[in-house]
Amino acid sequence: MSRITVNEAIAQAIAEEMRRDSSVLMFGEGVATKRGELVAEFGAARVRNTPLAEGIIAGTAAGAAASGLRPIVDLLFAPFLCYAMDEIVNSAGKLRYLSGGQFRFPLVVLVQSGAGWAVGAQHNHNLEAWFVHSPGLKVVMPSSAADFKGLLKAAIRDDNPVLFFMDLALGYQSGEVPASEHLVPLGCAATLREGSDVTLVSYAKTVQHCVAAADTLAEQGISAEIIDLRSLKPLDEAAILASVRKTGRIVVVHEASRLCGVGAEVAAFVAEHAFEALRGPVRRLTGPDTPAPSSWPLEQAFVPQADAIVAAARDLVGTREHA
Amino acid sequence: MHHSEPAPSPLVLLETMMLIRAYEETLIGIAAGGNAPGTCTSVGQEAAAVGVVHALAARDRILTNHRSAGHLLARGAEPGRMIAEVLGKRTGYCKGKSGSLHISAAELGVVLTSTIVGGELSLAPGVALARTMTPRDDGIVATFFGDGAACEGVFHESLNLAVVWKLPILYVCENNEWQAFVHRRETMPMAQVRDWAAAHGLVAESVDGNDAEAVHAAAARLVTRIRATGEPAFLETLTYRTRGHFEPDDQSYVDPAELAAWRARDPIELLANRLRAAGRLDDVHLAQIRAHVRSVIDEAVAFANASPYPEPAELFTDVYA
Ligand SMILES: Cc1ncc(C[n+]2csc(CCOP(=O)(O)OP(=O)(O)O)c2C)c(N)n1
Ligand SMILES: [Mg+2]
Repeated sequence: MSRITVNEAIAQAIAEEMRRDSSVLMFGEGVATKRGELVAEFGAARVRNTPLAEGIIAGTAAGAAASGLRPIVDLLFAPFLCYAMDEIVNSAGKLRYLSGGQFRFPLVVLVQSGAGWAVGAQHNHNLEAWFVHSPGLKVVMPSSAADFKGLLKAAIRDDNPVLFFMDLALGYQSGEVPASEHLVPLGCAATLREGSDVTLVSYAKTVQHCVAAADTLAEQGISAEIIDLRSLKPLDEAAILASVRKTGRIVVVHEASRLCGVGAEVAAFVAEHAFEALRGPVRRLTGPDTPAPSSWPLEQAFVPQADAIVAAARDLVGTREHA
Repeated sequence: MHHSEPAPSPLVLLETMMLIRAYEETLIGIAAGGNAPGTCTSVGQEAAAVGVVHALAARDRILTNHRSAGHLLARGAEPGRMIAEVLGKRTGYCKGKSGSLHISAAELGVVLTSTIVGGELSLAPGVALARTMTPRDDGIVATFFGDGAACEGVFHESLNLAVVWKLPILYVCENNEWQAFVHRRETMPMAQVRDWAAAHGLVAESVDGNDAEAVHAAAARLVTRIRATGEPAFLETLTYRTRGHFEPDDQSYVDPAELAAWRARDPIELLANRLRAAGRLDDVHLAQIRAHVRSVIDEAVAFANASPYPEPAELFTDVYA
């Protein structure tokens, strides 16, 4: 194990995969400028700056992926995905199917998202659910340095387009990462803590809020199980079901807004498949349906915090138990 | 060194145009019965397809759009598998999942067909980039699009990237004066897209898009240049959409005089008359070609009609690799 930051984990994952596979290349606005170590090791042909044009960056990635390369593109901040929607959704996501399986699109789109820098709604918008709704795409959003590294390496090796959302509050956080080859398969949730009274399901930075909440709940005699989804598509439905069948209670927590968010899918899925196990309603704690504000206290209020998770879990365990 | 493809006999160009015409007229008939959803024909534009495609080598790649039948047939696609695709049959090039609008045939180098207007423009640089990163690969990429697509922002993004990254792409703009139900003069300040292309710093030419030999000569020259320099080039074929945007369409919005003027410049008539005048074609020969392409298309229709639909389970395949 070594202790590295999330940003270091990302850099390691990219360098290791470029070393391993000469078809991996990376481009985007400022990629060659900011990743000089990659240019030095792999050359200017494989590490490129691009014009400021997200549509053609994503389209070029799709065309290159279908032609035998494995591009990684950095589109910087999630709202900029709006300029690249056609290329990601209509081309990378659909042209395999529409062609009857003639092409594959092994590409990774990196974007940052989330509260933490007070940059406002045109740099901070958690759009991951949009892409979950699009066939042919995969979506990941990790929470720890080890998962950033392992999931990014797996995403680069995956033969499908992967949207890799990076919660920007996590970039400078450190974590233990295995020193040896480390891959985390897409579609597998992690059970961060076992518990028996309530399941907390989350992803990205709010996983840490769940951990803090679980600590508080433990002091109060409530045993919380924590599931970090890590991948949103494919979604690890089995892990969610197994946990809720054990605890009978579930709180889903994410920073993206509630309507048609990942939490809505988790709640509906649990209601459809584990209704008999539920000892109370599914609860969701999410960001509000507002643009993300810049002002620091407003931005913090935007994000579901640990005390709200504690309150929701206590409410579920307490009031429902004796109702 | 780089050598260009041998120039095809004008009779080959003629026969290919007549095959495309017979194919599309057959589909017009099928569409009139409601069985060929999304049929967009290139009637009157065949010279652009055959002229450019015959200037390419087998190792080159082609990207095309919703009006693709001519490009596919000129490349040697089997009409039976194309009609089967249009009818949603399992034997189609895309197992019936494309229908008329996005037929790709990777085995022919016709890749990533997109019916999002401009989609092919966004994908072409990546296809070309892959070629530049393969040692000793001098294959190029030809991408077909319309004057309407040139109004999409991605047209400019694509040309700009191809120029600054030096990508071997032949951009072929089929300027047929129509952008669905809107005339080109309502959407662009100039008559030719070439002016926009030239502003991006690539070699940009326009050619009479109804003259198959002229298109071929221009395309062959630019293909040779792209292979030698690795740099992109732009070719605009000035032509006209003589049928509606898709089938059926009564064209009530079209100026009859403009339509008549272009119909009088039919690319098949044009080449046939030239060959007649040169003593290389007579009515008997022409009738033979017509009968031949007719029988090819009749067989294709029979093949497509006899083909099965996909199994329901096919709904779920080919989503992920
Ligand atoms: C992004 C997008 N917008 C609109 C359409 C609907 N549409 C299909 S073809 C077409 C006209 C395209 O004109 P042009 O590029 O000149 O090609 P042409 O049809 O004339 O060959 C339109 C508007 C579409 N398919 N995609
Ligand atoms: Mg047009």
